[in-house]
Amino acid sequence: MRAAWTLLKRDLQLAVREGGAIGTALGFYLLVVAMLPLGLGPDLNLLSRIAPGILWIALLLAALLSLSRIFETDFEDGSLELMALGELPLELVAAIKALAHWLTTGIPLALLAPLLGILLNLDIGAYGVLVLTMLVGTPAISFLGSIGAALTLRARRGGLLLALLVLPLYVPTLIYGITAISSALVAPDAFVPSLLILTALSLGSLVLGPIAAAAALRIQMQ
Amino acid sequence: MQTQSFTQRFANPTRFMAFSGALMPWLAGLSVLVIAYALYRGFTAPPDYQQGKTIYIMYIHVPAAWLGMMGYALIAASSFGLLVFRHPLADVSAKTAAPIGAAFTLLALITGSLWGKPMWGTYWVWDARLTSVLILFFLYLGLIALRSSIEDEPLAAKLTAVLALVGVIILPFIKISVEGLDIPSLGISIPAWNTLHQPSSVFRSDGPKIHISQLVPLLISAIGFTLLFFTMHLKAMRNEILRRRVKSLRLAEVDRARASETTVAAE
Amino acid sequence: MDFGPHATFIIAAYAAVIIVLGGLIVWLIFDGFHQRRLLNELEARGVRRRSAQRVSRGRLDHE
Repeated sequence: MRAAWTLLKRDLQLAVREGGAIGTALGFYLLVVAMLPLGLGPDLNLLSRIAPGILWIALLLAALLSLSRIFETDFEDGSLELMALGELPLELVAAIKALAHWLTTGIPLALLAPLLGILLNLDIGAYGVLVLTMLVGTPAISFLGSIGAALTLRARRGGLLLALLVLPLYVPTLIYGITAISSALVAPDAFVPSLLILTALSLGSLVLGPIAAAAALRIQMQ
Repeated sequence: MQTQSFTQRFANPTRFMAFSGALMPWLAGLSVLVIAYALYRGFTAPPDYQQGKTIYIMYIHVPAAWLGMMGYALIAASSFGLLVFRHPLADVSAKTAAPIGAAFTLLALITGSLWGKPMWGTYWVWDARLTSVLILFFLYLGLIALRSSIEDEPLAAKLTAVLALVGVIILPFIKISVEGLDIPSLGISIPAWNTLHQPSSVFRSDGPKIHISQLVPLLISAIGFTLLFFTMHLKAMRNEILRRRVKSLRLAEVDRARASETTVAAE
Repeated sequence: MDFGPHATFIIAAYAAVIIVLGGLIVWLIFDGFHQRRLLNELEARGVRRRSAQRVSRGRLDHE
C-alpha cells in the first residue's frame, strides 16, 4: 500500500514538475471550444443547444493529447521494467499511472468545462450537471486511454495511432455523458439513469484498463 | 493423440496447407453456387409492397453487416487462441481476417447508404444500426493500423490481439449505447442514442415484417456469403503462411551468407 | 431485367459488392501466385527451411 502511494506521489510530482503538459491540455481545450463558434457562426441558440456535445468532444481531444505520456518516459528510461520487477503487480502500476493521469488531466479539464460553457451560452442550470458528469465520466478516458498508451509504445506514428485506437472505445462514455447533460435540461428524472450508466462505464474501465494495459506492457518488456 | 481437438490438429502449418489446399476449390465453388441460387430466388420473388425492388439490396446488405460482425468475433477468438493457447495459426487467422472483415463492414455501409437514399431520401442518416456498423469499421481500422505500425511481427501480433480482445469487450457496450437495449422481462429499457436527438419519423425501426418469400433468399444468401468469407479467409491464411516461409528462408539465406563470409575471412 | 424506379441504387450496390469483394479476391489469387513463386525461387537456390537445415548441417540455428 505504501509502495502504491509512493508511486502515485512520484507520478503526480513528475506531472506537476513538467507543468507544461497540464497547461497545454487546458490551453488546447480552450482553443478548440473557442474556434468552433468561429466555424459555426455566433448563433447563441445553436451554440447553447450543441454546447454539451462540443464540451465533451473537445475534452476528449484535449485528454487524448496527453495520453501517450502515461507510460512513455518510464518505458524509455527503463524505470517501468524496475516497477515490473518490484513488489507491486503490474496491473496496479498501470492503474496508478492512469489514476495520476486522471488527477492531472481529467479533473482540471472537467473543472475548466463550465468556464468554457459561458463561451457557448450553455444554460445556467446545466453547469453543476456538466461538472458532475465530467468528473464521473473522465476516469473512463484515462483508464481506457491507458490501454492505447501501452499498445502504442513501440509503434511508429504513436500519437495519431493512439487517437485512432482509443476514440471508438470512448463512444459509450461520450453518448451517456452528453445524454446526461441534455436530459438534465429537459427532464431531471432522465438524468439519474444516464449518470448511473456513466458511473458503471467508468467503474468497468477501472477494471478493464489496467488489466489490458499491463498485458500490453508485459508483452513489450519480454 | 485421439483426444486432439479440431484446432490442435491444424497446429502444424504443413498439415493445414495440405488440408486447406484440398478444401479450397470445393468451398469456392459451393459459395458461388449458393450465392447465385440465393440471388435467383431473391430476384424472382415478388417485390416488396413498400420497398419495391430496392429490397434486392437487402440480400447483400444484411449478409455483409452480419459478416462484418462475425469477422470481428473471429479475430477476437483467434486473438484469444494466440494469447492463451499460443496456437501457431491463431495470429495468421487474426491477421488475415481483419482486412476481409473490414471489407464486408465497408460493404454493409456502402449498400446501406445506397438503400437509404431511395428509402429515407438521404445517403446517410445517423440511424442507430448504421452508426454502430460505422464504429465497428473504425475498430477494424484500429486493428489494421496498429499491426502495420509495429515492425516486429510477433510483437505486433500479440499487441493487436490485446486490442482485439479489448474491442470485443467494449463492442457490446458501444452497440447498447448506440442502439439501445430493451429486455422487458428484466425491466431493462435503455433508449437508443438517436431517439433522444432526432425524431424517429425519418425511419421506422420496427419496419414491415419481412415476408417469407424474401426471408428464404436472404438466409440462403447469408449462408453463401459466409462460405465466401471463409473461402477468402482460408486463401488469405495460405498466402500468409507462404509469406512467412519466404521471410524465414530469406533470413536463413542471409545468415548463411554471413556465416560463409566469416569462415572465408578466418581462412 | 427491370429493377424499377430505383435501378441505379440497386445496380450501384451490387457493383460495389463486385468491386470490393472482386478486388480482394483478385488480389488474394495474385498474392498467392506471387508468394508461391518467391518460395520456389528460394528453394531452387538451395535455401531450405530451418528444420531441414538443422539436420543437414548439424548445428542449431539461433532463433
